[in-house]
Amino acid sequence: MYGAASKSYKTFNVFNILFLTLLGLMMFLPFLNVIAQSFSSSSAITAGKVTFWPVDFTLINYEYVFSDASIWRAFGVSVFVTIAGTMINLIATATLAYPVSRPEYVGRRIIVLLVLVTMIFSAPLIPNFLLIKNLHMMNTPWALIIPGAVSAFNFFVMHSFFKQLPPEIIDSARIDGCGELGIMVKMVAPLSKPVMASLGIFYAVGHWNAYMSALYYIDQPKWWPLQVKLKRMFETDDISIDPGASQFSDLAHTSPEGIKMATIIIATLPIIMIYPFLQRHFVKGLTLGAVKS
Amino acid sequence: MSSRTETDARLPASMKRKTNKDNGIWRLIWKYKALYLISIPSILYFLIFKYIPLGGSIIAFQDYNIFKGFSGSDWVGFAHFAEMFKHYDFLRILNNTVLIGLYDLIFSFPAPIILAILLNELRLVMFKRVIQTVVYMPHFLSWVVIAGMSVAILSPTTGVLNQLLVLFGIDPLYFLGDNSYIRGVLVGSGIWRDTGYGTILYLAALAGINPELYEAAQIDGANRWKQTLRITLPALLPTIMILFLLHIGKFLDFGFERVWVFLNALNTENGEILDTYIYRAGLLSQQYGYTTAVGLFKSVVGLVLVMMGNLFSRKTTGESLY
Repeated sequence: MYGAASKSYKTFNVFNILFLTLLGLMMFLPFLNVIAQSFSSSSAITAGKVTFWPVDFTLINYEYVFSDASIWRAFGVSVFVTIAGTMINLIATATLAYPVSRPEYVGRRIIVLLVLVTMIFSAPLIPNFLLIKNLHMMNTPWALIIPGAVSAFNFFVMHSFFKQLPPEIIDSARIDGCGELGIMVKMVAPLSKPVMASLGIFYAVGHWNAYMSALYYIDQPKWWPLQVKLKRMFETDDISIDPGASQFSDLAHTSPEGIKMATIIIATLPIIMIYPFLQRHFVKGLTLGAVKS
Repeated sequence: MSSRTETDARLPASMKRKTNKDNGIWRLIWKYKALYLISIPSILYFLIFKYIPLGGSIIAFQDYNIFKGFSGSDWVGFAHFAEMFKHYDFLRILNNTVLIGLYDLIFSFPAPIILAILLNELRLVMFKRVIQTVVYMPHFLSWVVIAGMSVAILSPTTGVLNQLLVLFGIDPLYFLGDNSYIRGVLVGSGIWRDTGYGTILYLAALAGINPELYEAAQIDGANRWKQTLRITLPALLPTIMILFLLHIGKFLDFGFERVWVFLNALNTENGEILDTYIYRAGLLSQQYGYTTAVGLFKSVVGLVLVMMGNLFSRKTTGESLY
């Protein structure tokens, strides 16, 4: 009986491994297809010859993308919004979560409630839009940063982190003659590096991938982040090719699919590059957040 | 109440002696003024960027005119809400939103639970790690990128998927240019992107199960399947209920971006949801009062759903969000 059970379990194991391998391939092969297309000639792509390996290997798609100033500009906007945005996010979240986590803070329950309500009930689009308009933040990168300065969810993650810090740490620092600011900078900040890293990653990936807020608040191409630029390229279908650039003359007659795929790769590369670092932290950040509920 | 005594207990004894109630609070605030000072900007942030728009939602009851503003615009009561339910467009889009939400609940919600249990059965540590690394990855791609990849992969002429279908003798399908496939594409792309990532919380819950339970079950002669039903699933139930409640609260919030990036003239009929409608009719066609009413309707339904779900869950499983 014991043997029979383990035999069927072995069969299950084999199928499980097969199934998970197939699933892994389903997640991975689309990337490979896009990479292959980005290195293939337009004629090979339009003929439907490219699957998971480049056909007529060429770098012309990347050369085109690198020569397009508007893509570089959008890339720069995204880098700025990601870096400045993440710093503002972390500072704004921590400077609320830390004081409110301290038992000495009178009215901390009201603040927690204030944040909780925004999580459960959010205002519709138009009042938000009118606010940004009235604050004259339209068509500035600040419209992509300030309205989402503190995520309620991340506030609660950080709040529960600060709350479980042993109060002895703070007391001992106080005995050493530290003021409140000293305690914060010298004791609390170094201890909160792991939670800062986890949440920083969530915030940063969010900024890099954000499309909606730019669609709502930015209609001048000069402040388009990369995601908006990318979407425009997919929508218009006619990628304007600079007639002065002769090396692209043969490209002008064929499909711009390869260019789109190369832009996808470039827009995703920063994420892929930090992914090993990312993976170490998001599991921690996510399970940390679950503790509070 | 308990927090007050806790606070008092941490005050130096010399201070406690002098403290009378009112004086004490102000003294406490003054003593820790640094804490209050640094919290002011973010409190203002919540008031300005979250509560002012919430208050601004009153334009749902106005014939809002951008030049007259909140105070100058005429009040119309519930006219916008009444108009909503007479609107063919609105009813069609509400129908889309509910259907897509249902598909999402039926197919996307259980997927990470199943995947987490399968991953948990793996004994090959390296293989498990590789699979986890691969399946978490799509979550970090933007919807714009996913839509771009989908256009390439699902293309009826050059897409890999259709080449595969042709290999099996099936005619190529125009996945993104057909009303009959768009809901499947919307829900499917979400499953592709988020199933792996969704396993993290379940895997954490699975790691917390006491292995002795399995050993005892084995001695009692329970096979692996029975162990899954009697030990694994009950252990996951609290996590499942919490995530289910969160999911229910977001039932009408399928998401603007993930739909907008896939929409085109050929699939809007079945693909458009409330969020994209609000953007199109509100921002692009400037029907401010009307679309705010639609948005408010959506938020209220979400609130009611989460409260009902919470009540139901507390009665049946004892789990609740608050």
